[in-house]
Amino acid sequence: MLNVGLIGLGKMGLSHLAIVNTHPAVKLVGICDSASYLCSILHKYTGIEVFSNYREMLNKKSLDAVIIATPSRFHGEMVREALNRGLHVFCEKPFCLDVSDGLDLAELAERKGVVNQVGYHYRFVGAFNEAKRLLDAHALGRLHHVRVEAYGPVVLRPKGATWRSKGSEGGGCLYDYACHAIDIVNYLVGRPDAVSGTVLNRIFSRDVDDEVYATMHFADGMTGMIAANWSDDSLRRMSTQVTLWGTNGRMVVDRQEVKTYIRAAAGSAVAAKEGWDIRHTTDFHSDVWYYLRGEEYSAQLDHFFQCIVEGRRENISSFESAVQTDCVVSAMLQNAGEAWRQVDSGSRSPTLSPNGSGGFLSAVMGR
Amino acid sequence: MDRILFGDNQFFGINHMSEEKARAQAIRFADIQEIIDLLDAAYDSGIHVFMCTTHDRIAEVCAHVRLHPERYSKLEFYPCMPYAHKYANAVTEHGTIEALKRFLPAEGALSALVRGGVSVARRDVEGMARLLVDAEMKMFSGLKTPVIFLQNVVTDLLLGMGIKDAFRIFADHVRDRYKAEPGFITMNLPRLLDVLEQVGIENPIVCANMNKLGFRMCGGIDQYEKVIASRKFRPVAMSVLASGAIDPREAIEYVCSQKKIESIVFGASSKSNILNTKRLIDEYSVA
Repeated sequence: MLNVGLIGLGKMGLSHLAIVNTHPAVKLVGICDSASYLCSILHKYTGIEVFSNYREMLNKKSLDAVIIATPSRFHGEMVREALNRGLHVFCEKPFCLDVSDGLDLAELAERKGVVNQVGYHYRFVGAFNEAKRLLDAHALGRLHHVRVEAYGPVVLRPKGATWRSKGSEGGGCLYDYACHAIDIVNYLVGRPDAVSGTVLNRIFSRDVDDEVYATMHFADGMTGMIAANWSDDSLRRMSTQVTLWGTNGRMVVDRQEVKTYIRAAAGSAVAAKEGWDIRHTTDFHSDVWYYLRGEEYSAQLDHFFQCIVEGRRENISSFESAVQTDCVVSAMLQNAGEAWRQVDSGSRSPTLSPNGSGGFLSAVMGR
Repeated sequence: MDRILFGDNQFFGINHMSEEKARAQAIRFADIQEIIDLLDAAYDSGIHVFMCTTHDRIAEVCAHVRLHPERYSKLEFYPCMPYAHKYANAVTEHGTIEALKRFLPAEGALSALVRGGVSVARRDVEGMARLLVDAEMKMFSGLKTPVIFLQNVVTDLLLGMGIKDAFRIFADHVRDRYKAEPGFITMNLPRLLDVLEQVGIENPIVCANMNKLGFRMCGGIDQYEKVIASRKFRPVAMSVLASGAIDPREAIEYVCSQKKIESIVFGASSKSNILNTKRLIDEYSVA
């Protein structure tokens, strides 16, 4: 049995708690949150030992692994503390707000030889993995464009009281939604080399971005577009779709479906058929020991535990790959403050202007 | 319980197969009249139970039914609570405490909870749970609700965390206050049955996916068939068509071959699909 501790009992923390607590190979020996009323209730009704200070939990309990589901600004310190104790670490996304911090942790985890994973659960969705299988086999030929969109209802009013409304704590649509979109692109086609035209807009929030748009540039000339908006309540929950175009056709993939259009002339040996083909989640779904909200939440934790039990070093969503996502986020943050080109009104020559007052980033990101 | 229950996923943009389909349905059923027309079709075909989420829009349906008591004299609601996205979105937006405040009618219980700090009393928690149930039940006032379900996201969250007493609290309150039978929706049937037995809820109504594909049946189809045949509970089958992945005749034949299944809930967005599915269930339920 693996002894596991859980730090952070927000939405993801509670979800992890339910899933981990039922895993046949795991014993959840301690949970930790600064909200004492919540800890008190959980202790009363579950009997699980609770802590208000994570160091105390790490000191007192004999742990094999720890799950960290706190706001991102705490990740660096907590992950480092856990790694220094030789614990395997599962950390929520986004991994680190500071890329150099993330790089250090990825290196430290490597040195310590422990299993390290970040909660990018789309990597465990059957449909996205089917897309990856097809792409790895070049079913679409040479890819030339990828578009990723993530929409959902988080901030719908000009009010915000939680850490999600603070850029300095890892709030904002870029950190909350867009990083999932970036990560799934990284997973499917690799990390972009550059970004341009980044837009971080506020809709309702005072201090953080509610929508994110950017162009991505990849090594082989492929381009990409990202659009993320967490103020869209036409969807009942976050919904992410990736569309890819290649010389042999097109693919549209989301959590439920993989739709492919393969050109007749392509002669692909991989794709099932020419023209449109639609396959559903029921075709790719894999059994999990416990279901809460989606197979992927269980599957990612199972992968983490399996890697520990089997002593596997490679991980589907390692610190290292999560840092690559943080790198793209960081590039977008910097790019959003860069110059744009004024539209020539015809009356004078076009000029290259700095972005607005230059105060946008400092206003939005608290810098 | 009736043999056939009409579900409501199609009304709220929930489709486990396709986002596109879900959106098309959400657009169509944005008009409350479309919902009522379809409900009427189900009702007139002889389906007299509407098993529905406590979504805000259901309140409109309830109001309509209250206005026409004769038209719907046999109609019963099986509310499924809560509509979890309402809470999840509020927690994301406002934080746990502020979100709770928004859903609780009385300030008292919550203040006690927060003030109480480390020593939160059980009666405060339980009082609050009852208040949350009452808040969800408001929209059904004056209507028949003989069975009240706990939605799977909440059932499975509590089940996973091991907050077993919650099921007891829910069951007691539903019986005492609403003279209704408690029901539990789950994606983890075998595990839930064990826990309900442990907390002394006998012969419980439990609704879970039961389909020929084994789609979202945690523990596997074999174990599901075994517990359905051998455990003492009142099974309600949902997702019998696996969102359309199984041919309807095959799907209904399978679910009806599990003799202990008491009721089948299905959703449909056309009159013809309602009639076809009902006809199939009637056909295979004869034997």
